[in-house]
Amino acid sequence: MQPLTRVEGRAIPLGLKNVDTDIIIPAKWLKTISREGLGAGAFEALRAEPGNVIDDPAYAGAPVLIAGDNFGCGSSREHAAWALGDLGIRVVIAPSFSDIFSGNAVKNGILPVVLPQDAVDRLLEVAREEQPISVDLEHQTVTTPYQDRFTFALDPFRRDCLLNGLDEVGLTMARGEAIGGFEATRTAAQPWLMRGTAA
Amino acid sequence: MASRPRTLYEKIWDAHVVETRADGTALIYIDRHLVHEVTSPQAFEALRLAERPVRRPELTLAVPDHNLPTTARVDANGAPVPIADPESAAQLAALEVNAPAFGIRYIPATAKEQGIVHVVGPEQGFSLPGTTIVCGDSHTACHGGLGALAFGIGTSEVEHVLATQTLLLQQSKSMEVRVDGDLGPGVSAKDLILHIVGTIGAAGGSGYVIEYRGRVFEAMSVEERLTVCNMSIEAGARAGLIAPDDTTFAYLKGRPMAPQGAEWDAAVAYWRTLHSDDGAVFAKSVTINAADVEPSVTWGTSPEDVVAIGGRVPSPDDFADESKRVAVQKSLDYMGLTPGTPLTEVAIENVFIGSCTNSRIEDLRAAAAVLKGRHKADNVRWAIVVPGSGLVKAQAEDEGLDKVFIDAGFEWREPGCSACLGMNPDKVPPGERCASTSNRNFVGRQGPGARTHLVSPAMAAAAAVTGRLADVRELV
Repeated sequence: MQPLTRVEGRAIPLGLKNVDTDIIIPAKWLKTISREGLGAGAFEALRAEPGNVIDDPAYAGAPVLIAGDNFGCGSSREHAAWALGDLGIRVVIAPSFSDIFSGNAVKNGILPVVLPQDAVDRLLEVAREEQPISVDLEHQTVTTPYQDRFTFALDPFRRDCLLNGLDEVGLTMARGEAIGGFEATRTAAQPWLMRGTAA
Repeated sequence: MASRPRTLYEKIWDAHVVETRADGTALIYIDRHLVHEVTSPQAFEALRLAERPVRRPELTLAVPDHNLPTTARVDANGAPVPIADPESAAQLAALEVNAPAFGIRYIPATAKEQGIVHVVGPEQGFSLPGTTIVCGDSHTACHGGLGALAFGIGTSEVEHVLATQTLLLQQSKSMEVRVDGDLGPGVSAKDLILHIVGTIGAAGGSGYVIEYRGRVFEAMSVEERLTVCNMSIEAGARAGLIAPDDTTFAYLKGRPMAPQGAEWDAAVAYWRTLHSDDGAVFAKSVTINAADVEPSVTWGTSPEDVVAIGGRVPSPDDFADESKRVAVQKSLDYMGLTPGTPLTEVAIENVFIGSCTNSRIEDLRAAAAVLKGRHKADNVRWAIVVPGSGLVKAQAEDEGLDKVFIDAGFEWREPGCSACLGMNPDKVPPGERCASTSNRNFVGRQGPGARTHLVSPAMAAAAAVTGRLADVRELV
């Protein structure tokens, strides 16, 4: 995973609330067996509308997306994170995220930044003026050329994974002994749990 | 020292903590993992590239469901029918190769046990109370109806579970949704969960695991409980739970993958401890009076856009919040609805009975009871029933339900996710409306431009017969 420390650039002012993962990437794009190339299907229905913000040349290559409440709700499809990553998005800013999406985002080097609605509204204004927004993960701040400065919270484990581009599977495999101990205790006490089938 | 009273969620969580990191993240053991064809290929590929084996293959069960056509799977000679769409065929073939290559049990598309993962898990007794269950599918919350902590995960987490049988998680908060009293005649578990999602909102459960408590849930069958917990994700909650009880144990006893004999007795003794303690603290609590719940229907493009069938299409002006007003206007434009229209005047062209929310035997019985001796209205172009599994289908055929559906003008299909997410060929055409027993009315969910109204199975049948959204209580 590509580490993320600081991202600066224009932000796509999407603004909508309840942006579900079907909107981010419709089901017909999920037939792939690869993680690549999903940007082509990202926001497909939205991008069919003339003058839509995603394809606005002013935001070409923008690394930040700003949205409303409950971003990424609905389906657990990680294709949503892959599609955003393929569009070049590294940070999504919203007042809230779905639990599953925010986890998927972090695992793909995309930072979900939770800020209060009034801060998000202010950043939408700045984004619409086509001014850059700067996100600093180390200091957990979002700043603008107008001296706006917002701080955000992020659980320390996720922060660490993003900053260092950590491989969670590798981290956990290194804990194999602890997992084995847990399994041994369970096999002794509740063997049916460890078989996945009748005796 | 007496231990602190705990919620059901806290009890299941505590029983699965392998270790806690200094930063508070817990390594949680996963008891049961369901795998389907859509969200797993990239996980298997990553394991292959890193030369990582599956840690406990016996705890994973693979079954295709999302992408499978629901037309006949074998021809007149019993030979498998090839899948026309090459991408779907490749994805299904990948699971067929990956499962045995990694030592995972696989239920093929042609087996009678095949079905939607969330129907198959409980039906086989693979899903059990008090277990942690995950699947690369957000409706995994469904299995909470058995008292399991069950939740959807992304593909990276599918890989993590395959490799380590664990997940790194932050503990959620406990939320209580209490419903006392009795549901009225014609009001189903689906109506109740739609009402709950409408009440707490699409993000109301975000960061929480919901425990459904009260007499209404205690009186429900397991099938009804699965329907309720299934849609917890539509309220933003990662999981939903209902404490296991004698109804749960009676449902599970004798299922093929459930424990037997002395192990069954030990399991039941353990399962009886799985309930929230008196004095357990819920971070959030919502109370609903069962008598206030009516047959419900969605009008918009978020599952929170719920009204009683006797209601009208709302106006953006009905909402105080500016961003909600904008969202309502966008929804109305997409749905082609005018504010103030009575829902019962909304004509529909399609009916879909199926999905992990409502494709179990009781759902089919409820729809058939309304359809018996009736026929779909002339303006209903397409009506299909997609049973949740081959076993549900066989049971329904034993009961003669298939004939009721076919006589009413429905197509009787093979099991799968079908028109719930429009991934296989079963789609609603652009601009047309569908009364659907599924779980999501998102923009384009049932096909590009499709307009979805979420309803219960009995309400879907009522819509089919009348050709419009209708109050099933007027038909029974």
